[in-house]
Amino acid sequence: MKHRSYWRLVVVASALVALAFPAVALAGQAKGTIKIASQSPLSGGQAALGEGIKLGTQLAVEQLKGPVEKLGFKVEFVPYDDQAKPDVGVANAKNILADKDILAVIGHLNSGVAIPSSEVYKDDKLAMISPANTNPKITDRNYLSVSRVCGRDDVQGAVGAEFAKGLKIKSAYVIHDKTTYGQGVAEFFRDDSKKLGIEVLGFEGTEEKANFDPIITPMKAKNPSLVYFGGIYDQMAPFFRQTREKGVKSTFLAPDGADSSDLTKIGGKAVVGMYYTTVAGPVALYPKAKKFSDDYRGKFGKSPEPYAAESYDSTAIALKAIEAAIKGAGGKAPSREAVAVAVRKTKHEGITGSIEFDEKGDRKKAGYFVLQVYSENPAQWGDNKLVKRLDIAPPPLKK
Amino acid sequence: MDIPLLIAIFPQVLLDGLILGFMYALIALGYTMVYGVLEFINFAHSEIFVLGAFVGVEILLGLKAAGVLESLPPFLVLVLLLLAGMAASGLLAVTVERVAYRPLRGAPRLVPLISAIGVSFFLQDAIRLFESIWNNAFNLVYPSMDQLNYRFELTETMDVPVKSLVVIAAALLMLWALHLIVNRTKVGKAIRAVAEDQPTASLMGINVNRIISLTFLIGGAMGGAAGVLFGVQYSVINPYTGFIPGIKAFTAAVLGGIGNIPGAMMGGLVLGLLEAFSASYLSLLTGGAFGAEYKDIFAFSVLILILIFRPKGLLGEVVRERT
Repeated sequence: MKHRSYWRLVVVASALVALAFPAVALAGQAKGTIKIASQSPLSGGQAALGEGIKLGTQLAVEQLKGPVEKLGFKVEFVPYDDQAKPDVGVANAKNILADKDILAVIGHLNSGVAIPSSEVYKDDKLAMISPANTNPKITDRNYLSVSRVCGRDDVQGAVGAEFAKGLKIKSAYVIHDKTTYGQGVAEFFRDDSKKLGIEVLGFEGTEEKANFDPIITPMKAKNPSLVYFGGIYDQMAPFFRQTREKGVKSTFLAPDGADSSDLTKIGGKAVVGMYYTTVAGPVALYPKAKKFSDDYRGKFGKSPEPYAAESYDSTAIALKAIEAAIKGAGGKAPSREAVAVAVRKTKHEGITGSIEFDEKGDRKKAGYFVLQVYSENPAQWGDNKLVKRLDIAPPPLKK
Repeated sequence: MDIPLLIAIFPQVLLDGLILGFMYALIALGYTMVYGVLEFINFAHSEIFVLGAFVGVEILLGLKAAGVLESLPPFLVLVLLLLAGMAASGLLAVTVERVAYRPLRGAPRLVPLISAIGVSFFLQDAIRLFESIWNNAFNLVYPSMDQLNYRFELTETMDVPVKSLVVIAAALLMLWALHLIVNRTKVGKAIRAVAEDQPTASLMGINVNRIISLTFLIGGAMGGAAGVLFGVQYSVINPYTGFIPGIKAFTAAVLGGIGNIPGAMMGGLVLGLLEAFSASYLSLLTGGAFGAEYKDIFAFSVLILILIFRPKGLLGEVVRERT
């Protein structure tokens, strides 16, 4: 008996050694692991957009990790689900901060989640590059670690108001979702509309997701020529749908929260012909994004959602910055701060155009687009008609 | 203040409030009937309600995919949806009672309550899991049926869509049927007997367990019907849709006097109307200082006031007379 168990031990031990050996050998080759994290809603009502951010980042890591791997590091991608909730985003941010291998975060979708989460990243100067957050506060806090490749809501609101003026709109009714993003952009739209002489008949916030009757009834009685909804498609689509079903004939306008094929999936006929402003142009608009869009479709079996291309560019910048920081550290793993500094210095010819950051982390020239929904078929979301395109520099930092 | 505007929207707000109220009333019945026989709150009822909505949308999407939705008369489709939703929710309610509540029948009252909350979470995520695997979707949309969306434009600020009338008619029909079952049939008599005194009822030869199952079946079926109507009226549902209407309907049941069937109907209507009127009028009356988002604060303040003066609910007295 004793002998047998002894032999068994030897067999097990040698098997373990044999198993462990290749792992040891592999780890010996690399200088360590560098991780890039994404944070976006992967579950819940806004998952369609959140998944686009995750997949765009994933594709970029897979395709562009070569230069960093050549320097002897293994590059990994770790997606986090922030559920579009500030508390979940912050909890994830703390986990991300604790994982010292993570040198950059790509995210978030919602400004209301990005702002508190970036307060956590800031503690260790961990670089966050945002593909989608448009609230001015993101960069107006002037944190070294926070940058974004998309435009801002103060500009987006003004673009929307200018566009409404161009449509000869006389009066507008503004609804928002009470989030940092939705209420923020709605306020900018309201203020700019007033400046342009459009009468604002009402300004209402709601967290309701299903029954919009109590908002629509007084709105209908005031008969506005335009209805603006500052919010995200999962709430906006049923709102617009019920508004049309109640016989309101106003023009619809919304900010970039409308920009998802799920808008037509939920809204159906009601949202066809409506306008939205966005900071993420349709992929078809960028000549260099053709290959990205083909690769994305080939790998994931669906068209890239808005912000997927922006996420791809954000990741490319993160990888370039990490590469530069490794070189700056003499080939050793760089500090998070060094990466954040390098991000700001990076000049990148991305698939959405050339990207460079100003002193507070805004893109030096960001694109703003006005689009019109073309069809009620969600698969044709990419065919939405471009009505207007502007490249506008961000306002300087207010002191 | 814009007085003519306030008057102009009055009928529309009344209609909105009635629809919401009937919806609450149908859901509230599930709470109140279960409370009547078991004296505990079935917090899983909001998910039983949502299951009805999901069964409805799945059938509609199935019909649409098969290409027969357009050719069927919409009212027939609606009846089919209601029956399917009622069957599914009723059976789910019976199953939940058998699995999660009956084994706890003798336990202290808080125990089945906790069990109910657990079932509620379980069902929410079960539906979410199923829908994400089956449809890869979180929000599901009721395909629109054009005939139901036809509107009668009465005045500039008031128009009545066919589907709102259908919702009200269906709710009334169901409430009337329930009234007949409970008050005019032998089974109804048995339900009332069990509600009043379980041991005595069982001495009279009533199978108490079967009657309790039946109560869950009827309450669940009403919830399922409400789910289908909710989907038809408001179009978009997700696995968490049930939570808010569930809480409101529970409130309506308490407002009407919990355990009391006519009370639940009345409580639902009162709460629906309060909510619609406060939401539509608050911002107009206060010049925008209080927006529509304050509707729940207002509605629940009134509720607290009512309960201060009538702690047993609007129709609570009736209960006291009976016992």
